[in-house]
Amino acid sequence: MALQSLLGEEMSLLEVKDLTVKVEDKVILSGISFILKERESYIMFGPNGSGKTTLLNAIMGMPHYEVVSGEIIFLGEDITDKSVDERARLGISIGFQHPPEITGIKLADLLRLCLGKDQNYDFSEEEWQLIKAFMLTDFLDRDVNVGFSGGERKRAEILQMILLKPKILLLDEPDSGIDVESLKLIGSEIQRDVENTGSTALIVTHQGGILNYIKAKHACVLLAGRFYCFRGPKRIYKSIEAKGYEGCVNCPDRVIEGWT
Amino acid sequence: MDLTDESLLMRVPHKILEEAYRAGLESDEKARSGTLIHVDQATIYSKINEAFQGKVEIMDTKDAIKKYSWLENYRWRLINQDRDEFTKKVAEEFSGGYFMRILPGAEVIFPLQACLMITKSGFEQRIHNIIIAEEGSKSHIISSCTQHFEADKASHIGISEFYVRKGATLNFTMIHSWSEETLVRPRSAAVIEDGGEFVSNYLCLRPVKDIQMYPVAFCNGEGAKVIFNSIIYGIKNSLLDVGSRAVLSGKGSRAELISRALSKGGSKVIVRGMIEGNSSECKGHLECKGLMLDDESIIQSIPELIVRKSGAEITHEAAVGKISEKEILYLMTRRLSYDKAISTIIRGFMDIGIMGLPKPLIEEVNKIVDIIT
Repeated sequence: MALQSLLGEEMSLLEVKDLTVKVEDKVILSGISFILKERESYIMFGPNGSGKTTLLNAIMGMPHYEVVSGEIIFLGEDITDKSVDERARLGISIGFQHPPEITGIKLADLLRLCLGKDQNYDFSEEEWQLIKAFMLTDFLDRDVNVGFSGGERKRAEILQMILLKPKILLLDEPDSGIDVESLKLIGSEIQRDVENTGSTALIVTHQGGILNYIKAKHACVLLAGRFYCFRGPKRIYKSIEAKGYEGCVNCPDRVIEGWT
Repeated sequence: MDLTDESLLMRVPHKILEEAYRAGLESDEKARSGTLIHVDQATIYSKINEAFQGKVEIMDTKDAIKKYSWLENYRWRLINQDRDEFTKKVAEEFSGGYFMRILPGAEVIFPLQACLMITKSGFEQRIHNIIIAEEGSKSHIISSCTQHFEADKASHIGISEFYVRKGATLNFTMIHSWSEETLVRPRSAAVIEDGGEFVSNYLCLRPVKDIQMYPVAFCNGEGAKVIFNSIIYGIKNSLLDVGSRAVLSGKGSRAELISRALSKGGSKVIVRGMIEGNSSECKGHLECKGLMLDDESIIQSIPELIVRKSGAEITHEAAVGKISEKEILYLMTRRLSYDKAISTIIRGFMDIGIMGLPKPLIEEVNKIVDIIT
């Protein structure tokens, strides 16, 4: 791979090979393969139940998402059998659609843990600026997600991911159930992270709003556990907006190859 | 014997002192307003930090009885000598204990500390403590009770009577650090006058054979307030039967009884709580949260509310469960190992923050929690 980058090719960050995933004995993803490159944003569309959340969770290594066959290669290393925390330490981060409430752990302490620091750590000036930008200063002393609004949860989720300085951000509907201000903030901060740190974002969304802030070239439609179509994000979104996912099924312009 | 002589401390075997430090005793006495150490049947050290002379008194209860004839009005006034076999034993004969008095209006920033220690096998320690927080005073007390690891089959019987006078605030933290062979029977009661506030914190994080205690606070004064916080960690076949009871008789008196119980290794933790609402504008809340750490242990929660006036507002909530797998995994996505995720959740569950302790004390208690988690 080092050789590839010397040759001027972009390095592949994540490679998923022929991945089949079961959840509670039901096959959700059937033999999907794709490659994600560094410093890019990828958008994934698909109706509920098509397997988007399953794919993100399987990449993260969450139990209950059982890999039946296939491989997940991250930075050239087979991580298919690695635990969640091992993957996290390699640079994979996830932002959940519904993160849990954790009574007894303050948001400030969780942010410190994301930074790899203990309770006595004082945030740096830069970190304070980030916390302020995410409008979470008043939430630092509160238990994680307890009594947080939808927007507050998403902001806290993405702030944690940024503090982890990950190589890939797996984002499960970061734009659902939030106000316009939060959407703008979240979209721009993800874009900034990709641009500034060279990270890659894989974003599941149902909405087009976030595309105004994230400069993604690549998008796909997932249907019934398989990639159905690859095209530009705005084009796919417009089509879904007009004709729904049924429109995808009958679309004459379907592109079946992509993310390679 | 001069109990303020620091060379006396040097005579205490080093490993015993070490244990006392682990149980919460602070070695740097500049951070304390006063210190008393009672080993087996004798107080071996008792001293007030110079900065707090004239603000606090600390001495062995037996010495206090000799010094102050009025103390008879405080001794055995809140607890009936004939209550049970343990109170009878102490009434019959006791080795001493601590007498602490915070003088009227004194604000004591650094805590007073006492350490009660057992070093002899088979020893039955009988203690009587009397604490008086005079009008308008503000203070913290930290009391650690510990048994030396080489002593076994010992027992500790401790009578404690607390007087919280008009407008006084007393924050009392008791840390128990016994051994698997210790039988422990504290008998405590407090009375709180008009506008007084008593915060009683209890921590038991080490194995013990058998503890049974059910301290009571009588909120007799108008607006008198009591807060009981208990963090009880049952391990290695320990039997812990720990309760707290508030009697709200004063107009507008208040009580909060909060407990966190953790159980593992075949231990049994019984958490009791009782609030009696005897006045029309009183308010009380009882909260018990339990965390089961395996399937061999038991947590039993027994909340009781007794209401005698229609205007009393008394509530309770209780919940016992296990650590949520979803929370563990969530923390693992934030790079914590499985074990670190669990200890972080347990620490969070114990919620030391509820105790209203000053920052240095929180850090010390956190150190103790660190050792066990």
